[in-house]
Amino acid sequence: MQSKMKESDPILEVKNLSASTDNLPILKGVSLTVYPGEIHAIMGRNGCGKSTLSKIIAGHPSYNITNGDIKFLGENINSLEPEERAQLGIFLGFQYPIEIPGVSNLEFLRVSTNARRKFLNKEELDTFDFEELVKEKLEIVKMDHAFLSRSVNQGFSGGEKKRNEILQMALLEPKIAILDETDSGLDIDALRIVAAGIKKISNAQTGIILITHYQRLLDEIEPNYVHVMSDGQIIKTGESDLALELEKKGYEWTDNFIKET
Amino acid sequence: MVNENLVKDVVKEPYKYGFVTDIETEKIAKGLNEDIIRLISEKKEEPEYLLDFRLKAFKKWQTMDEPDWAGLGYKQIDYQDIIYYSAPKQKEKISSLDEVDPKLLETFDKLGIPLTEQKKLTNVAVDAVFDSVSIATTFREELAEHGVIFCSISEAVKNHSDLIEKYLGTVVPASDNYFAALNSAVFSDGSFVYIPKGVTCPMDLSSYFRINSGDSGQFERTLIIAEESSSVSYLEGCTAPMFDTNTLHAAVVELIALDDASIKYSTVQNWYAGDEEGIGGIFNFVTKRGKCLGKRSKISWSQVETGSAITWKYPSCLLLGEESVGEFYSVALTNNLQKADTGTKMIHIGPKTKSTIVSKGISAGKSINSYRGLVKMGTKAKGSRNYSQCDSMLIGDQASANTFPYIKSQQPNSEIEHEASTCRISEDQLFYLQSRGIEFEEAVSMMVSGFCRDVFNQLPMEFAAEADKLLALKLEGSVG
Repeated sequence: MQSKMKESDPILEVKNLSASTDNLPILKGVSLTVYPGEIHAIMGRNGCGKSTLSKIIAGHPSYNITNGDIKFLGENINSLEPEERAQLGIFLGFQYPIEIPGVSNLEFLRVSTNARRKFLNKEELDTFDFEELVKEKLEIVKMDHAFLSRSVNQGFSGGEKKRNEILQMALLEPKIAILDETDSGLDIDALRIVAAGIKKISNAQTGIILITHYQRLLDEIEPNYVHVMSDGQIIKTGESDLALELEKKGYEWTDNFIKET
Repeated sequence: MVNENLVKDVVKEPYKYGFVTDIETEKIAKGLNEDIIRLISEKKEEPEYLLDFRLKAFKKWQTMDEPDWAGLGYKQIDYQDIIYYSAPKQKEKISSLDEVDPKLLETFDKLGIPLTEQKKLTNVAVDAVFDSVSIATTFREELAEHGVIFCSISEAVKNHSDLIEKYLGTVVPASDNYFAALNSAVFSDGSFVYIPKGVTCPMDLSSYFRINSGDSGQFERTLIIAEESSSVSYLEGCTAPMFDTNTLHAAVVELIALDDASIKYSTVQNWYAGDEEGIGGIFNFVTKRGKCLGKRSKISWSQVETGSAITWKYPSCLLLGEESVGEFYSVALTNNLQKADTGTKMIHIGPKTKSTIVSKGISAGKSINSYRGLVKMGTKAKGSRNYSQCDSMLIGDQASANTFPYIKSQQPNSEIEHEASTCRISEDQLFYLQSRGIEFEEAVSMMVSGFCRDVFNQLPMEFAAEADKLLALKLEGSVG
């Protein structure tokens, strides 16, 4: 499916990736290639390794890569620190955004934006310039300015947390965004806002991986490819209609698939 | 780009202030007895009453037992193995900074406390104390114009003997505790501040304490008197070289605030903490207490405690005057094998007195960090209030944090409120910040300064920035 000719080089190549945590294998040979402008959806039962895959791409220290490679713009990033990956332009939208008491959201956003800008050789923003930028980006996720003065994610509702993730994505302008169940816990209005935000931020140069259980996000953002994961492997890849079929037939339907190589 | 050793590299970053100044010193023989005390007093040409004060304190000390209730578990101190007076050799009488040994000036320069006329800090007057003596005090003339006295305590004994005789030992009596008694017997130098009636001190005053020699203790004594309707902000900083032996630092600080006077006392304590195995470091056993004698007087302690092998101190307030206010804002950070047992005592004696306690303890490595505090409402403290908040943050899984709040109330018409919390920096929080491009070390220090914000807000501007940096430096490599 992904062997057809592409005009540009891939943003992300995951090749035969196996990984474990506490000696427990979680990923068992995952391959995935994302080209600029592509949207990939990854679906699958809870515990199939979807979230683990996203965390490993972002560099979570709890997992060991036992085999395979992760390449970003052609360079192997297996041993890079999470912050280095983020600075390169890899963004992970968390399924459960973490609360950080005492650290103001505004300061957090500014420091992370500047870390990325510094890497891109762009001028770092002082508090005033950043204020301008963040105001503009708040529009995208329809968030109130008051969010900025609160501690990072602390006391945020589920929907507010997810919107805060998309706000970060808007500020960091990643090359690739992996959004881990960004749609879960959102009501329909919030889902639309988040989906519209994602669409606004992405463009022909960026790649997106949506990890989701639900068709309704994919109704808003149509993927080019849908991958089904099971037991640490991608067992089926198709186009957007695969998700519809999956919605109709359930994951049991996929149990009969043998891994497509 | 990858630097996995980054963390390890920074841990090895040496204590910045660990150097020793090679200077000829005048030391007296080791040991402690009446003759030694007479000798110290004689060297300082002290009046009879002060020698008496010392000798009485020494007699008292001999009858006292070294306290062990904090369970700090340190090797017993051999008080006969300490030198009680050590001073850099210099001319008998120094009339200007030009006569101070350049090596000493260089030392303070290196510590970021330039003393010379050309380089001195512009907005802070500094009293620089090196081992047992005060080297120099800046901005004396400027302060004198406002009637403010800021000098070493030895000088105050000579020139303002009436004030010393009136106030010394009135807040912390010589018999108060073991280390206060020891200090009262052998104190060598320290700072003296007197703010006359109605005067707002035109600049911050600061003392910088430097321990240089390895075998002598430092026993400084500070006395600050704020007359009616006056106010002063006082800063204290401390560093010491790295020795593999422990050095005893047993200071006494006394503050007195009269009607409507206010004293703000801020400390950034960065004595050498010992190495990763817990070898060496300062034993910081200090008695600090303020007396709100006057109506509506206010004493505010803020401290950032990052150094010392062991810190054992409770800056306290005696709230005597009606409507007087006591405050204690503290950040105590311990790493490796450091131990800190710190907190405050707020003794409400007068009516409508108010106190606030905000304590933030951060323990990393295998350190132990305890808050220990007492809030007492006396029988006459009608309508008095206290609010206490004690938060602990644990970094890693081998550090420990304790909170011991003691509350005694003899006045039903008073309010005491206490809140406490414990949190841990989790791997997930760090990963979250890192996954947004924030470096590991910065992520830790962001979280720590977020945790300490309530206290940092209380520090004078330049101190707050320094404290933030200091915490970041101390924590480098403590996680992961």
